[in-house]
Amino acid sequence: MELEKFSYDNKIVKAFIIATVVFGLVGMLVGLTAALQLVWPIFNFDLQYSTFGRIRPLHTNAIIFAFVGNAMFAGIYYSMQRLLKTRMFSDKLSWINFWGWQAIILAAAITLPLGLTTSKEYAELEWPIDIAITLIWVVFGINMIGTILRRREQHMYVAIWFYIATFVTVAVLHVVNSFEMPVNLFKSYSFYAGVQDALVQWWYGHNAVAFFLTTPFLGLMYYYLPKAANRPVYSYRLSIIHFWSLIFIYIWAGPHHLLYTSLPDWAQSLGTVFSIMLIAPSWGGMLNGLLTLRGAWDRVREDVVLKFFVVAVTAYGMATLEGPLLSLKNINAIAHFTDWIVAHVHVGGLGWNGFLIFGMLYWLVPKMWDTKIYSNKLANLHFWLGTLGIIFYALPMYISGVVQSLMWKEFTPEGFLVYKNFLETTVQILPLHMLRATGGALYLTGAIIMTYNLIKTAYAGKFIANEDAQAAPLTTASHGNTGWHAVLERKPIVFTTLALVAILIGGVIEMVPTFLIKSNVPTIASVKPYTPLELHGRDIYIREGCVNCHTQMVRPFRSETERYGEYSKSGEYIYDHPFLWGSKRTGPDLQRVGGKYGDSWHYYHMLDPGSVSAGTIMPAYPWLYEQLIDRDQTALKINALRTVGVPYAEGYEETANGDLDKQAARIVENLQMEGIEVMPDAEIIALIAYLQRLGTDIKVKDNTVSANQ
Amino acid sequence: MYKNILQSIDNIAIWPIISFVIFFVFFLLLILWTFTVNKQFIKHMSNMPIDDATSNSNPAGHEK
Repeated sequence: MELEKFSYDNKIVKAFIIATVVFGLVGMLVGLTAALQLVWPIFNFDLQYSTFGRIRPLHTNAIIFAFVGNAMFAGIYYSMQRLLKTRMFSDKLSWINFWGWQAIILAAAITLPLGLTTSKEYAELEWPIDIAITLIWVVFGINMIGTILRRREQHMYVAIWFYIATFVTVAVLHVVNSFEMPVNLFKSYSFYAGVQDALVQWWYGHNAVAFFLTTPFLGLMYYYLPKAANRPVYSYRLSIIHFWSLIFIYIWAGPHHLLYTSLPDWAQSLGTVFSIMLIAPSWGGMLNGLLTLRGAWDRVREDVVLKFFVVAVTAYGMATLEGPLLSLKNINAIAHFTDWIVAHVHVGGLGWNGFLIFGMLYWLVPKMWDTKIYSNKLANLHFWLGTLGIIFYALPMYISGVVQSLMWKEFTPEGFLVYKNFLETTVQILPLHMLRATGGALYLTGAIIMTYNLIKTAYAGKFIANEDAQAAPLTTASHGNTGWHAVLERKPIVFTTLALVAILIGGVIEMVPTFLIKSNVPTIASVKPYTPLELHGRDIYIREGCVNCHTQMVRPFRSETERYGEYSKSGEYIYDHPFLWGSKRTGPDLQRVGGKYGDSWHYYHMLDPGSVSAGTIMPAYPWLYEQLIDRDQTALKINALRTVGVPYAEGYEETANGDLDKQAARIVENLQMEGIEVMPDAEIIALIAYLQRLGTDIKVKDNTVSANQ
Repeated sequence: MYKNILQSIDNIAIWPIISFVIFFVFFLLLILWTFTVNKQFIKHMSNMPIDDATSNSNPAGHEK
């Protein structure tokens, strides 16, 4: 048969590699800053753009979408062409994908420090950027499916399936979780409220980890590990079962982020069961990766690429065992809201994603520049700095998590909390946070060394922009009787649809009942929508990223009800667009903070937290005292919330500012009695109004709980 | 609105059961298939990353 000549596009891969390295360094540097802020508040720089609440989402977004995202594209664009023996479907679409993605990153880097955020973790970007993400993702999908349809290889290798599942699922997750009602160009409210918003968000959050940080990287593992080891994967059969069971089971496990919260119990149990089941496919994949090196372990000693891969796959195994264990209710009761979770995600992020990326880059760059790595010594140094970095990061955070949890839950023999003041538990873990920052610094140093090494390598070689290849065109020749699954692999569109069905089913079964059956969210008659001033305050709370350190979810444990007050009921959140339950307690829970302190306490506390609670690591918020709320937005906010179901009376938007003024005047008066002069339109007034409202609805007298049976 | 539509579906409980059966059967067939599939095919598939059709690629293992 006549062989067709064509070439692989390396230029697009090069662009994505550069973006990976640049944003990797930026993302890690921002992360290091955040780590320092949690020890020394001075690193918040007293600027609103650089406080922890805004820096933390910048770090997570930069690492997930800029560093890991660009690496994913680089890895996919390189391997897909070669696995399918064809150039990408369209060079133009490739470049739209590249520049569009970088534009989105730029938009994120500008809007997040400005406080433009939806507050939903890993989905913080506001609605115009959400739309842009959707468009660029579709461009990527068209380019990918187009390439698959033009392939010269009859069957799709397992890596391609993982890429397809990634495309399909991330599209579904992103669109469903981003349903929001715009208030203006820079502000929107989640379409969902309270418990439902939480369920959708963690269905998204969990599966963003699954389908943005895991499946594409498993695809990359199945390509680059055999490639670097120069031997086929241990068991191709296992990889097939790995794929289908992983994508099917993963999607169900989201509710394990909400154990002991107000989420209906059956949904929590479902999340736990499927999380435990996840161990099987995850470890199947890990073993498949590690066993690929059987009989070649001697090479791991010399080949730095393999070293990185071995640690990456091991970290994947550790994180995917730990995750299901954390989903057990008894372990979750201890670990949730503590630094343990931070350690867990960083074993995944630094170990699995980071090291797989580093290994891939050390393999790709010499290959694409047709040379050898500039310095094996430096690469080895990077490996050891990175490994030490992971250990110095994870271990202190594990200890910190356990310390936090034990201190939160310790009672005296008389039955009182030993550490009544939450601050005591925070001060205790600061040395561990210092060690964590050291770990991060080591890891970043390694990445800087890699950057130098890769640049030197590239300069020593000659870039192959288009790599020549030849292959026979696709014919109907088959490998004998290979059965129904092999047929499936020849039909990418059918395959994609099946993958879509597999991932939809879990989400639908969890979400539809929560949305439909009213008894899942018993309503409480005394819970009323927020007043206009509280609404402004809540938006300031969202803008400042308070949710990054403070939860609004008192779990039904004695240690929590003793410390914070009545445990949280799902009916309390029905007007919360978005929900603000949070996922980490660097500071205390705020669900019952309303009425706990006087207005002047909040006034002084936000101005200079250290003067009210000595030794706190909370940053100061002096700009709230100078900036004024935008009263023109009140009507728009109320209209938007009414559209998503909050029962503000028709026409209330006209009179809302009147109510706002009255409530503000009351707070100003309270403060005046304490000798504080403040403008009624100052942002701090709105924030105080919101904080004083928090969790007070169920304290109203004659509260009647009317669960709709 | 959409709540009422979905609630009015008769025997909505049958759908999860049907989905469970479909998926159970799918995985059963999948496992059966992996055990019975042609060895040559598996070999061809697992060698794909190593043979990428470029001039300097290693064609070893393609049809050993």
